[in-house]
Amino acid sequence: MHDMSSHAVHHAPPTGFIRKNVFSLDHKVIGKQYYALALAAVLIGMVLSWLMRIHLGWSAAKIPFLHLLFSAGAPGDLMTPEYYLQLMTMHGTIMVFFVLTTAPFAAFGNYFLPIQVGAEDMPFPHFNMMSFWVTFVSFLVMVSSFFVPDGPTLGGWTQYAPLSAVGKVSGPGQGTGVVLWAASIAIFCIGQLLGSLNFITTTLDMRARGMSLWRLPLTAWGWFITSVMGLTAFAVLMPACILLILDHVAGTSFFVASNLVINDQLQPHSGGSTLLWQHLFWFFGHPEVYIAIVPGMGIVSHVLIANMRRPMLSHRVLIYSMGALAVLSYMVYGHHMFVSGMNPFSSMAFSFPTLTITIPSTIIVLIWLGSLYGSKLRINSASLFALGFISMFISGGVSGFFLAQPSIDILLHATYFVVGHFHLVMAVAAIFGIFSGTYFWFPKITGRMMNESLGKVHFLLTFIGTYCIFMPFHYLGMAGNVRRYQAFVDDYLQPLIPLHKFITISAVATGLVQFIFIYNLFHSYFKGEPAPENPWEATSLEWSTPSSPPPFDNFGGKHPVVYHDPYQYGVEGSTGDYVMQTSPEEVKSGHDEK
Amino acid sequence: MSKLFAVVIILIAVVSAVPILRHTWWMPEDISTHGAPIDEQMSETMAEAGICFLASQILLALFIWKFSDRKPSDKITSLPGGARGLVIAAFLLVGTEVFALGLFGAKAWASVYFTPPAANAMPIQVQAGQFAFYFRYPGSDGTFGSLHPEMISEANANYFGIDQTNDPDAKDDIVTAEMAIPVNREIHLLMHAKDVGHSFFVRELRVQQDFVPGLDVSIHFTATKVGKYEIVCTQLCGLGHYNMKAYLDVMSQGDFDAWLKQQAAMQ
Amino acid sequence: MATTIHEPPKINEDRVPSRPASSSGNGGWHNLVPASGDLRAVRDYSPPPASTGIWVGLAAISMSFAALTSALIVRKGSSLDWRHFTLPSLLYLNTAILLASSVTLEIARRRIASFMSGLKTQVASPARWLYASLGLGLVFVVGQYAAWQQLSSQGLYLATNPASSFFYVLTAAHALHVFGGLGGLTLAIHRLSRGILKRTTLDTVARYWHFMDVLWIYLLLLLWTKL
Repeated sequence: MHDMSSHAVHHAPPTGFIRKNVFSLDHKVIGKQYYALALAAVLIGMVLSWLMRIHLGWSAAKIPFLHLLFSAGAPGDLMTPEYYLQLMTMHGTIMVFFVLTTAPFAAFGNYFLPIQVGAEDMPFPHFNMMSFWVTFVSFLVMVSSFFVPDGPTLGGWTQYAPLSAVGKVSGPGQGTGVVLWAASIAIFCIGQLLGSLNFITTTLDMRARGMSLWRLPLTAWGWFITSVMGLTAFAVLMPACILLILDHVAGTSFFVASNLVINDQLQPHSGGSTLLWQHLFWFFGHPEVYIAIVPGMGIVSHVLIANMRRPMLSHRVLIYSMGALAVLSYMVYGHHMFVSGMNPFSSMAFSFPTLTITIPSTIIVLIWLGSLYGSKLRINSASLFALGFISMFISGGVSGFFLAQPSIDILLHATYFVVGHFHLVMAVAAIFGIFSGTYFWFPKITGRMMNESLGKVHFLLTFIGTYCIFMPFHYLGMAGNVRRYQAFVDDYLQPLIPLHKFITISAVATGLVQFIFIYNLFHSYFKGEPAPENPWEATSLEWSTPSSPPPFDNFGGKHPVVYHDPYQYGVEGSTGDYVMQTSPEEVKSGHDEK
Repeated sequence: MSKLFAVVIILIAVVSAVPILRHTWWMPEDISTHGAPIDEQMSETMAEAGICFLASQILLALFIWKFSDRKPSDKITSLPGGARGLVIAAFLLVGTEVFALGLFGAKAWASVYFTPPAANAMPIQVQAGQFAFYFRYPGSDGTFGSLHPEMISEANANYFGIDQTNDPDAKDDIVTAEMAIPVNREIHLLMHAKDVGHSFFVRELRVQQDFVPGLDVSIHFTATKVGKYEIVCTQLCGLGHYNMKAYLDVMSQGDFDAWLKQQAAMQ
Repeated sequence: MATTIHEPPKINEDRVPSRPASSSGNGGWHNLVPASGDLRAVRDYSPPPASTGIWVGLAAISMSFAALTSALIVRKGSSLDWRHFTLPSLLYLNTAILLASSVTLEIARRRIASFMSGLKTQVASPARWLYASLGLGLVFVVGQYAAWQQLSSQGLYLATNPASSFFYVLTAAHALHVFGGLGGLTLAIHRLSRGILKRTTLDTVARYWHFMDVLWIYLLLLLWTKL
């Protein structure tokens, strides 16, 4: 028996249900577990958004059975103002952390990164397993805040101090609710750090023979860049959450200033800095949104290339641009704080890197568009969602032009314009990336194909529906509609209510359409058409595993050797117009990367 | 499917642009002296963003239409100029555009934040607290009495915590729930947060500024048109955030003097 | 259980990875077979993942302490309630203990290294030196707790004033990470006793432990100048 003891990766195939499916060291199982967590989270987040939107359109109406969900928050089925804010806070938090940071990065990345670099597993499988279960515990802690007497925190996913730090005197849910929120997020940070550790070491140290860094597919680069961002961003959020908890339970005053009076009572804190929380939070918060989108960019590029039958106009320019986004993302965070009261000179300073970040974003979109030119585009559910991502990223990105400028931010800050901007890039584009990856990789993960007709219907209705929901947010913002309002009582907001009703109807309808996807996912899992070995005729290593799903050690005891760049399409190959990375045949009329 | 998708993209792009072009839901008229460069910045940005948006969505739709469902014998071709052309285009076109926006925007920003208030600007203090704005005028002595947070009492309508008995400066302070200002007169607004974060937003005045608990910030502006406008809170401050507002009444100097006298009598 | 007398520690040679040229993967390769055919760019196996991994971990830890540092600086400047105080004298003794534990760890490491590379056929049990590091590390943590007692006896608690808050937060955060290092040392000792300790594992543990020193010196300077 030959020596397989190189590194601690070599664990024997697991036996027993628990070791195979629950506490599994296998990165593929861990990836699926993350996906399942994200799926549960997105359904919860979506229902929360329905409750919010119904209330916004019809704020005096009762929502049947709402009192069963939380009797204090909806006496007689009428949503109280604080309950709206609590639902809103949990919607944002669950979506950003447990869906957008989890699915594109932790779910797909865990599953496919080791395979795409040609490894049997990640180098620290125990840490990897821990990262999932730590994230799961974090989710439980977050959801538990729904069940405490005062309910969850109402301070928004941004939890600005002093509202978040001064305790329950500032509002329902601001006591235990905030502590649970902060504890959950601190735990989440630990899970992410363990995950980033594995992703970085996998990419740098576990590549198969012949797999140079430039030969990595764009998905691998997306995950690598994201994991570096995650390492630095989450490492800052965690101490911030700890300090917030201390302000609550230990009487410290990191974030709470002196002489604050609530309900006619002078608060005991003194000297804390309101803006400190914002600086710490947004130092994390801005890279976080790039953590949410960069894996999607990698997935979309990867899926599109396979479906265009040609590589991108420049592989390296895309990688450099994603890297530039990551680097710049640390320099722009102050654009969330233009009118916060920080030094106005800082506001001006932050606006320049923010405007500059449009350049790599534009390059990425132009490369995508330019590569579509002259290609042989195949239309299927995966490629449709990838193309939809481009449209959404353009729309969301363009509204960034406005928000990058402090003078315009005077008008648009804290309005629905901002909400429209981030929903288009995160809630739609990033989700489209997840859908695209799902449709594309489902055959590899399960050995079955998803139903194409259902996929196309899902796509078209979702594409139209999400535009119907989020494009009007920009009009509301231009008219000055302030965000985080549970009802619209101001005079100037009255004429905007019909538009809100339109949005609500679109939101509920589009949400219901997602059940087509859920049905397709589960039905195909059990009854889908058996998938061919390489249904998309793709070149990267995940399509050269001996089976779908791949065997326990990914390559069936063999170690792959890589001969080519990741995207040899449009060439004369032995199996068609492509040559796989692991195929030793020479590429005729190829374009190997320098 | 691909043709349908391409058509849908173009329809959505065009339909989205219509309310913007027609100003269906739009900013109200500017009544401030500093707002013109901001509005101009907004129009410039809207034009550039609009062109980028429409051009790229149309290109996307066009390419989807043209390059899907091709025959197996069709050749794959590359965009003339390749990646290099696109990178240069991005740097030159987008780069200069955003740099110009940044530069001119900085001027607009500086005109608001880097110019000090005029020497004869009228000082008014605004206090934001859960869930109302209160305003304080210094009265005939022109000085504000000091704030004593421990004396704040909603029940006794001592919103600011001023000591009108012992503090001579505070004796003639006028506290109101509505903000009235004379037209064409610069106001120096001193912003004080009582409890948590809030923000002061008046759309027509092109003013939005957060209150910072522990730090007293100030802004200045001049209103040019008589009328009644809404001041709304834009920083999440608790369950009453949606309801936190006050009216800004811009009046002629004569009307303002009368109003102030009336308010003084009600103290 | 490693012997204390004359037998060298049992380190199982064939658990240390030999690098047969034909095998691949799971150890990783650097830039093999570049398209240009430039063989000068060919490199052998990547470093073991634990070597990269420890730097990744240390980077994350550094970012956290950087965040706390900037919080300290901002908080100090935001209000007039910062009250300087003298650092408890025990801290300096603790520093010496921590540094000593790094010295003993290095001694252990070098002894194992020289044994494994065949320079010595016998060596006094390096486990002794690992135990010394573990012991000194434990003394450090206990000493930190004692320093806290010194401070609280002066009436300076976590919430007394911002300077004391940061003292406790920073020293507690550091001590927590030292605890993790103690876990690593325990793991190393355990594996050494069973004869399955790998070079990489010990090097990684050592790197982490020495970083705790560096971090502590930095924090001591920060506390000394700011508090």
